[in-house]
Amino acid sequence: MKSRYDVLVIGGGPGGAVAAGDLAAKGHSVCLVEKRPAIGAPVRCAEGIGKDVLKEFIEPDDRWISSEINGARIVAPDGVSMTLEQQMAGSKVGYVLDRKVFDRDLVWQAASKGAEVHVKTRATGAIVEDGAVKGATIETCGQTREVRADVVIAADGVESKFPRWAGMDSAVPMRELMSCAQYILTDIDIEPAITVFYVGNRVAPEGYAWVFPKGERTANVGIGISARRARDGNRARDYLDRFVAAHFPEGKTIEYIVGGVSVCRPLPCTVADGLMVVGDAARVADPMTGGGIYNAMYTGRLAAGVASESISAGNCSRASLMAYDQAWRHSKLGKTLERNWRIKEYFITLSDEKLNAVVHSMARMNLREFSVFNLVKELIRHNPRLLLELKGLYDSLSAD
Amino acid sequence: MLVIHRECCGYCGACVSVCPEGALELIDAFLTVEDSCVGCGICTRACPVGALEVTDEEPV
Repeated sequence: MKSRYDVLVIGGGPGGAVAAGDLAAKGHSVCLVEKRPAIGAPVRCAEGIGKDVLKEFIEPDDRWISSEINGARIVAPDGVSMTLEQQMAGSKVGYVLDRKVFDRDLVWQAASKGAEVHVKTRATGAIVEDGAVKGATIETCGQTREVRADVVIAADGVESKFPRWAGMDSAVPMRELMSCAQYILTDIDIEPAITVFYVGNRVAPEGYAWVFPKGERTANVGIGISARRARDGNRARDYLDRFVAAHFPEGKTIEYIVGGVSVCRPLPCTVADGLMVVGDAARVADPMTGGGIYNAMYTGRLAAGVASESISAGNCSRASLMAYDQAWRHSKLGKTLERNWRIKEYFITLSDEKLNAVVHSMARMNLREFSVFNLVKELIRHNPRLLLELKGLYDSLSAD
Repeated sequence: MLVIHRECCGYCGACVSVCPEGALELIDAFLTVEDSCVGCGICTRACPVGALEVTDEEPV
């Protein structure tokens, strides 16, 4: 490891890998550090991603695609379900990935473009001089050294610390942290091309349970609940065990993971002098779905572009790097995050009775015209009593 | 003080993300608590498995 690079990337997930690869491809010296001893492990993800958005970054490869998905089903608290099939969902079909292989592929690509990669190597602090980030202290096997860079890209995930060391408050509000647990269950009866979402306050308060196929008889079966709803005996893993006992008592668990997903608004500002924050660390996971793979790659790519220009111009100040913050915030992604946050804030208030009404309305809709906007209209038509509380949501969506 | 039940901890970092003091850190497969921990217990709610507990014990 050298003592100076153009860019230091903290974290070897999809956001960090795409940023590192793009910057190396532009000829910059790049160092990516990953605190874990292996890229991609342990997995902290339900592994779903849309086909269309994935292709913006990488050609699909059988080595890291576990399943191809052509429909999604939502199951109401009363058991009534509605299914969005491929032709109705349009581009809203996707893959369930094998993140262990996928993440390695992204980092391999970054390395092949010239990025340095170091595993079991972590940042322990920020080097801040005159209020500007100038690099990081980097620790490997008990040895700490200073590594300087024109720009540090913090891609350090949901447990992100680097922006905090640099003076940003990036703590997730407890009520907006989804506390999650997931098993890979095998030898279970599933529909191998359908992702299933179970909603309801008894199933998963303020969250949902999911079944994401990873093969003919294997799936990621997981659950996320708001941390504020967790109690002894009613934590994410307890909810998951009850869900599995009810739906897949025959299942065999071959992997068990836990994790947190932020469903808050993104950081109010994702840059500082010499610093850019991307992906989960920037709190850009989707507040409705919890999906974050694409959002991390997207912000990683935008950050790389702005970092490259700023380095070439010899100006890595907050003002210069701000082009990145503005770009993602005004992008389709940024607008979707804001809209979905507002929808999420409404949905977490719903009783099981109202959640039933939502799913029943969806089941009645002409799904060729499916959109959240049309769903709200349909809900009001069939549930006039919801009109008042839906009006605020409807207005905020109409404004888009 | 905050007690980490390491035999339960899934070292996922959910607790780190909500800590208002930045007192927790996930180092590969183990969690550390710094002296800045005020024992507020927010992390105990985020933990998916119940591996964190605030007790009356004084740190030794």
